[in-house]
Amino acid sequence: MSEIVGRANRDGANLVRDWYAELTEAANRGDSCAYVFVMGSLNEVLKTFDFPVVFPEINSLQTAVRRVAHEYLAQAEDYGYSPDICGYVKADVAVQLRNGDHPMGRIPKPGIAVLTNACNTYIKWAEIWERLHHTPVFTLDVPGTRTGGGQTWQGNQDFENDRRYVEGQLRELIALCEKVSAKKFDIDKLRTILGHANVMSECWKKALACNRSRPSVFNALTDGTIYLGVANGLRGTAKGAQYFTDLVEELAYKSSQGIGTLTDEKWRLSFVGVPCYPIFRRFNELFTQAGGTFVNSTYLWFASGGTNRGFQYDLSRPIESLAEGVLISVRDAMDSMFHPDRVLTETVTEFQIDGVVFHPIKSCRTTSTGLADSRRAFAKEHDIPSLFLESDMMDRRVVAEAPMKNRVDAFFEGLVSRRRQAAIAP
Amino acid sequence: MTVFTEWRGKGLDETLFECRELAENTKYPTVNRWREQGGKVVGHFQVYFPEEIAHAAGMLPFKVRGAPLEPTKADSHFGSYLCSILKTSLEIGLNGTVKLDLFVSHPICDAARNLAAIWGRNFSYPCHILYLPQNPNSSHSVPYLRDEYGRIRRLVESIAGREVSDDDLRRSVGVFNENRRLLRELYTIKRESPWLIAAEDAYALLAIGGMIPREEHNDVLRAVLPLVRARQARTEDRVRVVFEGGFCEQPPLDLIRVLGRMCYLVDDDFLIGLRFIVDDVPVAGDPLKNLAESYIERSSYSPVQHDLRKPKEKMLLQRIDRSRAGAVIIAAAKMCEPGLEEQVAYCKALDARGLPYFVTEFEENMTSFEGVELQIETFLENLLFA
Repeated sequence: MSEIVGRANRDGANLVRDWYAELTEAANRGDSCAYVFVMGSLNEVLKTFDFPVVFPEINSLQTAVRRVAHEYLAQAEDYGYSPDICGYVKADVAVQLRNGDHPMGRIPKPGIAVLTNACNTYIKWAEIWERLHHTPVFTLDVPGTRTGGGQTWQGNQDFENDRRYVEGQLRELIALCEKVSAKKFDIDKLRTILGHANVMSECWKKALACNRSRPSVFNALTDGTIYLGVANGLRGTAKGAQYFTDLVEELAYKSSQGIGTLTDEKWRLSFVGVPCYPIFRRFNELFTQAGGTFVNSTYLWFASGGTNRGFQYDLSRPIESLAEGVLISVRDAMDSMFHPDRVLTETVTEFQIDGVVFHPIKSCRTTSTGLADSRRAFAKEHDIPSLFLESDMMDRRVVAEAPMKNRVDAFFEGLVSRRRQAAIAP
Repeated sequence: MTVFTEWRGKGLDETLFECRELAENTKYPTVNRWREQGGKVVGHFQVYFPEEIAHAAGMLPFKVRGAPLEPTKADSHFGSYLCSILKTSLEIGLNGTVKLDLFVSHPICDAARNLAAIWGRNFSYPCHILYLPQNPNSSHSVPYLRDEYGRIRRLVESIAGREVSDDDLRRSVGVFNENRRLLRELYTIKRESPWLIAAEDAYALLAIGGMIPREEHNDVLRAVLPLVRARQARTEDRVRVVFEGGFCEQPPLDLIRVLGRMCYLVDDDFLIGLRFIVDDVPVAGDPLKNLAESYIERSSYSPVQHDLRKPKEKMLLQRIDRSRAGAVIIAAAKMCEPGLEEQVAYCKALDARGLPYFVTEFEENMTSFEGVELQIETFLENLLFA
């Protein structure tokens, strides 16, 4: 069984490398592909038409992890983009200006761009491809939750209005894909793809739940990001479904054997926001060195497009069910960003959370604007300490490791002190 | 109910003075007077909101657009790297300056779409997002928006405590059509004879619309515009300039005054949400459908509206052509992501056209204008003496 432990990380890294190798081949052949985003990628539809998919967000974060983001950001800023806009956008602009040159290979040009409104910057971003490449752009508009805790469901007048709107747009997207790909839509192929997506969604939900184990069986910040790459890039594929089936097997095994992601887990933490990619490993070590591990992360919810809900498509009515699934899942992703205090409340007890790390970043207003206020609301409801660390996901100019470490150390000192006081309390 | 009486019985200059005073008053006295008389208030954050629905329920639609003040209470509710308008809008709620019965924001940008959640955590009255369609090119967007407006109507009814009939809505559409006509006239004056009205006066005449009932706004405009047209003023040798970048956070009135001293501001996107429907909304038929169709088919552009039929840089060129402008100020509020992103496309389009432009950033609570004044003056002098 020893080969099971660590398998998901190994396989995940290989799958992502293979994916980039395929994209490089496509770029070298001069093929175009579909540009999509993590929150509502519509992989299900695009794979029906055999579009290779490119996730510019993943391309961009890779430049940060590989410590070359500053070169890409500088090029986009020279082109005219402000230092105060999303770093992902700027890194991608530089990739486009470099004719696809990227540390992981070569990125093909967009033949079609499909995006949701889960992040407004997606819309502004796609406008750049329209201007640079005259790319056909399709915005799948997914209405979100109108008021905190006010989600509507099937049968409700407002839900049905939203569902009809999403379904109508999906049918328009299919027509556009037929035009761009010159292929006829095959509903049976869509069914097969939805079946693979169902397996992945079910397993993703189970995998996340596995971290209720004590000790936790994966680090939501580091291991989780690998799983997330596969969840996005290989959604709707047999390989992706198999990977997640294997993942659940591995995590269940670790859980049954008491194998934790840390040998000495002292603190179970929640992470809220987007990772600090410019110092990805180091950021995590600031916590693991003190025995802290991230047992869950809102990133794994919203950046999987709400796959964490485990929505199961009804294959007997694929398009209608896809519309429902996209609506419910993308809405959930948005809720994870705009109402993190509510979703944290649902998890603190079952995951036995000792502390919460809020990580707003300069680059992303979507995920960061409400974090300070969410933290206040969370603190009112729960006697759980939290840490508020500001940095960035791309731009090392706003990542200050030394002050960050001071604050993390002080956070852990506070946790230790609380635990000691609780131990001696009458 | 009447809330803005200071101008009545006064001449043109004094009326304009009162409008400027009201536009700059961070205590929003007219909103409070409305409440003191028993009225209810719908606060709607920038940019787009079908104010007719609130109006038809007998409520005051109040445009929440920040204020030039320090967000001492609101600051701790936000992180860094955010535009000022978010903070100061919350500030006027937290410090009790303005009391609302309903708050509505829109997914206009990544920051603003967080606002309904933030307000909802801090106030007990309902706080909602109006999900305006972000895919206006879909044939399903009008029916969707019609139903979304229907949801807002039901919400407003529950707060107003009364039914809002189709006839109520039609009456409100009529009032707002008149307002749109008058505002179009104001902008015609700016374009055709900008020497007749100072930039800050034109702005104030527009801005007060977001804080008083539209009937009163119509009264002011109906009284003022003929007097402006009748003014005897000489044209001066100034560059005709379009200002772009005022669709959400507003530049301080003093900055507009400074700009107006140096050039003719012949068109702009200041408070575009008060005049986003560019033509009359049909009165006959289903009023919600008419409003929805007007948003999709007859609305202006801004960096926070994506429509494949309306590339922003082409729309800007149309604005420039229509106003016969010779230069453009491409501005953005500090930390305003959509505004900053759009600057690049605007600049490329203006480069291609060979039109001179000046790129700058502003903040609603900036107090020093010497630097930007010097820069723009130099820019304009270069044009005049080129």
